[in-house]
Amino acid sequence: MKFTEEHEWLRVEDDVVVVGITEHAAEQLGDVVFVDLPEEGTTVSKDDEIVVIESVKAASDILAPVDGEIVEVNEALTDNPALVNEDAQGEAWFFKMKVDDLSALDDLMDEAAYKDFIA
Amino acid sequence: MAVFRAAGTVPALTGDEGDGRMSELKRTGLYDLHVELGARMVPFAGYEMPVQYPLGVMKEHLHCRAAAGLFDVSHMGQVILRARSGVPADAATALETLVPVDVLGLKEGRQRYGLFTNDAGGIEDDLMIADRGDHLFLVVNAACKEADIAHLRAHLSDICEIEEITDRALLALQGPAAEAVLDGLVPGAAAMRFMDVAVMPSDFGTLWISRSGYTGEDGYEISVENARAVAFARALLAHEVVQPIGLGARDSLRLEAGLCLYGNDIDTTTSPVEAALTWAIQKVRRPGGAREGGFPGADRILPELSQGTTRLRVGLRPEGRAPMRAGTVLYALHEGGAPIGEVTSGAFGPSIGGPMSMGYVASGHAEPGTTIYGEVRGKRLPATVTAMPFRPSTYKR
Repeated sequence: MKFTEEHEWLRVEDDVVVVGITEHAAEQLGDVVFVDLPEEGTTVSKDDEIVVIESVKAASDILAPVDGEIVEVNEALTDNPALVNEDAQGEAWFFKMKVDDLSALDDLMDEAAYKDFIA
Repeated sequence: MAVFRAAGTVPALTGDEGDGRMSELKRTGLYDLHVELGARMVPFAGYEMPVQYPLGVMKEHLHCRAAAGLFDVSHMGQVILRARSGVPADAATALETLVPVDVLGLKEGRQRYGLFTNDAGGIEDDLMIADRGDHLFLVVNAACKEADIAHLRAHLSDICEIEEITDRALLALQGPAAEAVLDGLVPGAAAMRFMDVAVMPSDFGTLWISRSGYTGEDGYEISVENARAVAFARALLAHEVVQPIGLGARDSLRLEAGLCLYGNDIDTTTSPVEAALTWAIQKVRRPGGAREGGFPGADRILPELSQGTTRLRVGLRPEGRAPMRAGTVLYALHEGGAPIGEVTSGAFGPSIGGPMSMGYVASGHAEPGTTIYGEVRGKRLPATVTAMPFRPSTYKR
């Protein structure tokens, strides 16, 4: 699993990348009450705002971590946004991307580096 | 993820209010207890206050509605007004020059909601006024308390002694289990009705109790000597049904109850009529009443009572799950047209299971059932004007 400074995690599954937010981010956000997911098939560029998360505290965005195409979104989050608080790094993935260049992930942090980053 | 892109949330929730660093902030007598209970502390109205405990905002909210919640509201101002003449009615008459409220008609042992108005007919603060026999007891907002006390001193000093109470904490115990818990510690508390006030002896010194609150629940606000406050709070928390509740859930609880937050939903520019708080202006202070007018801004507020206003505070239920937060601009139409108003408070209501907002709209759009649109992230989303409270209140009248 790879991590961004924006508190996203990325996991490579075959030829797609699964993206979610970290447990640390979910804890900081507090109870998530609304998730607005992108359309499947959307082409995105790195740093595009593609997901809106509303918690009891505030609205936050997920930015596209790399260039690519959204191939699947986790509809379960629309009905049950609280899943983000229950299982941020498991069941509560947000979207799957087909990534133009998988080597773009090489620059991201591994788990140890991310733990240092949030320490 | 861009965490905490502030979207017009209540400052209490993001902790970004004020210019003070934490080190310059005041603490209530319960600060150490909050920290011990695992609270996340944030700056609020010049104090370091608990925004949430480990339970989290959502569960704290639901717990308060299901059992009982304990709130530290010691940052609020407690003030005693006592007539220098020794005639209690003189203090009531004097206070009536600052509020559009029937204070003289308030019976001993009773409390009512009031507003300090200004010369322009706006609201300087909202407060509770209690008649305690030989004096009046006021509870005012934390952020306004210095200004309120200066205002009282400037206008009422000739007639009243004005005493700020600084040696007492203020706790709120709210929720369906509050009555049984408090009555166990302070026998007689259960006999009080909504908006009753009483001074009662207890193992924690003399308590000043009112049956009221800011959640829409039955419950109490209890003033206790600072020296006894922690012991009293611990005695309440010793009951399994009582959980500590932070400012985050306090905000969603009061919003579900349709109650205004001073500074958000009412301020120096909103009149009580625009704010739909006309119920707080009793008949005796209205045109034709025995003590008509005689408060700041009466020349604006009294005509508004009969003529209406161009804008009104309303409740809104957005469709879907996306909250419309404070600052959201409101429109009559899905596309085009000028704005008709703005949201002043908005959040997700845990007990109603959806988003809720309050705000001001042009009066022609204020009828419950009207569909209007709030612009959220560039999209106009529908919301229905809704009577408040969003959730029926459960006061013990």
